[in-house]
Amino acid sequence: MYRIDFNKLRFLVCDDNAHMRRILRTLLHSFGAREVYESEDGATALEMFSHYVPDIVITDWSMPIFDGLELAQMIRQPEANGNPYAPIIMLTGHSEKRRVTMARDAGVTEFLAKPISAKGLYQRIMNVVANPRPFIKTKNYFGPDRRRNTNNSYVGPERRTGGEMEVMQQPSLLDKARIPG
Amino acid sequence: MAKEKPPAVQVKTFPDHHVITQPNPLRGVLRYVEDKDLDDPVARAEKALEDLSGEFDNWMSIECDRLASAHAAILKDGFSALARDELFRAAHDIKGDAATFGYPAAAAAAESLCRIIEHAPDLAKVPAELIAHHINAIQAIIREQSSIQRIGVANELSKRLRGVADEYLTAVNHDRPEHLEAILAPSIVPGE
Repeated sequence: MYRIDFNKLRFLVCDDNAHMRRILRTLLHSFGAREVYESEDGATALEMFSHYVPDIVITDWSMPIFDGLELAQMIRQPEANGNPYAPIIMLTGHSEKRRVTMARDAGVTEFLAKPISAKGLYQRIMNVVANPRPFIKTKNYFGPDRRRNTNNSYVGPERRTGGEMEVMQQPSLLDKARIPG
Repeated sequence: MAKEKPPAVQVKTFPDHHVITQPNPLRGVLRYVEDKDLDDPVARAEKALEDLSGEFDNWMSIECDRLASAHAAILKDGFSALARDELFRAAHDIKGDAATFGYPAAAAAAESLCRIIEHAPDLAKVPAELIAHHINAIQAIIREQSSIQRIGVANELSKRLRGVADEYLTAVNHDRPEHLEAILAPSIVPGE
């Protein structure tokens, strides 16, 4: 099985609630992370994102100044400084399906509804590390492929034009590990 | 930090979109361990959370005071945008934190309050008692946790509040289908 060397990862945590930041810091440190940068609003987080170039961003949704959704949209600027491909995990008290869709459309990589658990956070981190999705750039979207699965029995309009889809799937490390030899 | 050198990005172009694939820049942080490896990072983190749990009652009390202050400001000066946001954020934080801190019934009552703030067409017209009952219930659940939990009132209280709030929201949003849909939609959180 695979484990993550958390001591090689740099995290940026953005949450306006000091107690939740403490919880997140505790969890990440006990996973083995050493570098965990914290911000209490979206504007500071964006500055820290450019300055520290984190490997993974974990952000709350509801925050003052600008929120986690706007932070995700600002990170996902293909021409911007920093790393627009950085995985973003949205950790939020919002638990409605429409919020998940909004987060997905803002370029969020993973969604984790509170209450937080060590297992839930670990799984999301493992997923962004081991199974990165290709990025899609359209007129009005730049972010991880919103189609997580290929559904061969899908019936309906093809919203992406251009004939047969030719997505270059990057085999995940976990998939590679399952191939003998 | 985990990156060795900038990875080569491959771009496939289609008429209305591009598919961009880059070699996984985080591949270096994964390492294979034998199944018999006993180190369990999740168990370690759960233990760390348990060690921190001595702080939770105090933290919950702070969150509760913040909610009460936000409510007091509204009772004094009415629903300004700022006051509304502060009340929502205080309730929303309790909704997100309280179950982790050992107060799941307070989280449920706070969620019900958040729904009122989010979906009522005019907060000034929401019956003052409906909001006050939510605030009082959250405070009671948090301050009287042990006794109220023992007699099994907390969950029932939150459930009743949610029922009354949903009834109110359904009635006042009868001509606002997008809100009605959100009010009636099931939560994505398992077990709710």
